[in-house]
Amino acid sequence: MAGELGKLLSDLKEAEALDLVKQALAEGADPMELLGQAREGINTVGERFENGTYFIPDLVYSGEILKEIVKLLEPHLGQDKNVKSNRLGPVVVGTVAGDIHDIGKDMVVFMLDISGYEVVDLGIDVPAQKFVEAVKETGSKVVGLSGFLTLAFDSMKETIDAIKSAGLGEDIKIMIGGGQIDDQVRRYTGADAYGRDAMQAVKLTQGWIGG
Amino acid sequence: MEKTWEEMSADEKQEAQFQKLLTPKDPEGNDIQFQSPEAAAAYKASITRIKDAVQLKKTPDRVPVALLPSMFPFINAGMTVQEAMYDYDKAVAAFRKFILEFKPDLHIGAAQAGPGKFYEILDYKLYSWPGHGVAPEHSYQCNEREYMKPEEYDLLITDPSFYFRNFYLPRVFGALEGFTMLPPLTGILEIYGVAFNFIPYALPPVQNTFKALFEAGAEALKWAMAIGGSNAELSSLGFPNILGGFTKAPFDTIGDTLRGTRGIMVDMYRQPEKLLKAMEALVPIMIGMGIGSAQQTGNPQIFIPLHKGADGFLSDDQFKTFYWPTLKAVIEGLIEGGCIPFPALEGHWDSRLEVIQDVPKGKTMWMVDQSDMAKVKETLGKNACLMGNVPSSLLQLATPDEVKTYCRNLIDTAGKDGGFIMMNGAFFDEAKPENIKAMVDVTREFGVY
Repeated sequence: MAGELGKLLSDLKEAEALDLVKQALAEGADPMELLGQAREGINTVGERFENGTYFIPDLVYSGEILKEIVKLLEPHLGQDKNVKSNRLGPVVVGTVAGDIHDIGKDMVVFMLDISGYEVVDLGIDVPAQKFVEAVKETGSKVVGLSGFLTLAFDSMKETIDAIKSAGLGEDIKIMIGGGQIDDQVRRYTGADAYGRDAMQAVKLTQGWIGG
Repeated sequence: MEKTWEEMSADEKQEAQFQKLLTPKDPEGNDIQFQSPEAAAAYKASITRIKDAVQLKKTPDRVPVALLPSMFPFINAGMTVQEAMYDYDKAVAAFRKFILEFKPDLHIGAAQAGPGKFYEILDYKLYSWPGHGVAPEHSYQCNEREYMKPEEYDLLITDPSFYFRNFYLPRVFGALEGFTMLPPLTGILEIYGVAFNFIPYALPPVQNTFKALFEAGAEALKWAMAIGGSNAELSSLGFPNILGGFTKAPFDTIGDTLRGTRGIMVDMYRQPEKLLKAMEALVPIMIGMGIGSAQQTGNPQIFIPLHKGADGFLSDDQFKTFYWPTLKAVIEGLIEGGCIPFPALEGHWDSRLEVIQDVPKGKTMWMVDQSDMAKVKETLGKNACLMGNVPSSLLQLATPDEVKTYCRNLIDTAGKDGGFIMMNGAFFDEAKPENIKAMVDVTREFGVY
């Protein structure tokens, strides 16, 4: 049975995957083992997204299936349910002040998460100071700023200025992304890089802190 | 004998619409008196230029230039977005100043700020706006939620209007809660039992909803009179607005504000048949929405903002299965009805061009945001007028010289042999005024054919 759940999940076979989990639990399978398989499946989904086989709906759906699997496993996981494997990061992510759009930011959070990074999601309309505090608290070396509106250009610049002037060290890398973001905006804001989609956020992060 | 509207072909209808645009009307339906012979000539020249660009039969005298700002005219006039949303006269004055300053061939009116008080009266929950969830100086933003539940497709498919009134609208407008208590209108048939249908109108929650509607209607009218008056005045000064209304791609109708991005994507897997059926049910409704508003306003251009078909959102197969067929049906239906569909390719659409180029020639105009304009010209541009592609980042951050270089390149590529209107690629709140001016100036100078 090893890997069967991962395969069903990565092929987006929801009903079969959930049936398998129910049956395996009834037969006394180790829930941690099943969770591990599900994680492997999600990793495969990430790889398929990266190589262009899967698109955003596939990612979203795999996340939904995972949620359903975790719902079935949770009662059996006992105290182990918060166990986290060795994760890289953390990466601090948020939508900048004045902007309440979350779809793009959520995609980045999801992709970073399934790519093995611990993500600190600050949410939407996040003031510059909150980013600074989060970087201080977590010791994060990578920050992702999201923004859909043109007003976000200035919020991003202010946030990056605040992080840089807070004396948190020179080695913090900042990436930006969102609807109207391009290299011109990157230069204006002082960001280290920009990405057009969630996968680029993962690649940039890998380039900076490995993984 | 002259043909009636119903007897005309799509070609004849479009031609008739352009002829009608040459004699613009005020909101009361009277002919607009131009303020000077120069204004009359400028108006006519702009309409003719746009007509030639759209029809692809004749190269226009020069590349037309259009400006479609979001909140820029208000911000540029020193107002907050909040002021623009609540002081209609101030908003239209700022918009008038904007048009007179930059002198585009085409604009789409000052409706973008919208009536803030109207949203308050109805307790609009779908958006946050200045003073209601966002800062006074910022624009309104959508609160995406699952306003339609996954199990409600059958209700939507069976009777979209009933579904909207009794389920969707009360969720997005707090003041329309009373709608949940109303029976379907189609139950009103004959004398026996007819009165039962009207009992809910005696109930206080329903009456409160209707009171809110009366108040909201009055506010909407007040706002519309300000906007309509402003459009008429700008026409009399030589600046046409041909926007007749708006509609949406059925996939976006469901994905943007009913099921939400996450919801519709999951539905593509969990209930694809129902999603497809619901989109098909929406096709005639989306067409009717465009044709109806075109008849009301007398203008043919129907804006269709396109969102979830952009690169990366869907795979090619998903795009061809779920997005394009019903959008294409809406576009064709609008053309049959004498409208000029005006879809906006928001974001990047490079991977969709081969598919979407399949539209009737000379009948549509497309706002292009960040797609590769040379590629768009080679594909969609063979059949359709293209507009836009001047990036928001350039307008906000670059120098006027950089803007001019970008626009000259656009004139050379997208503008080759006509079929192009210079314009911003995305609705903009912020920009350097000198960059807007550079875009208009360079088009007037180097866009002459």
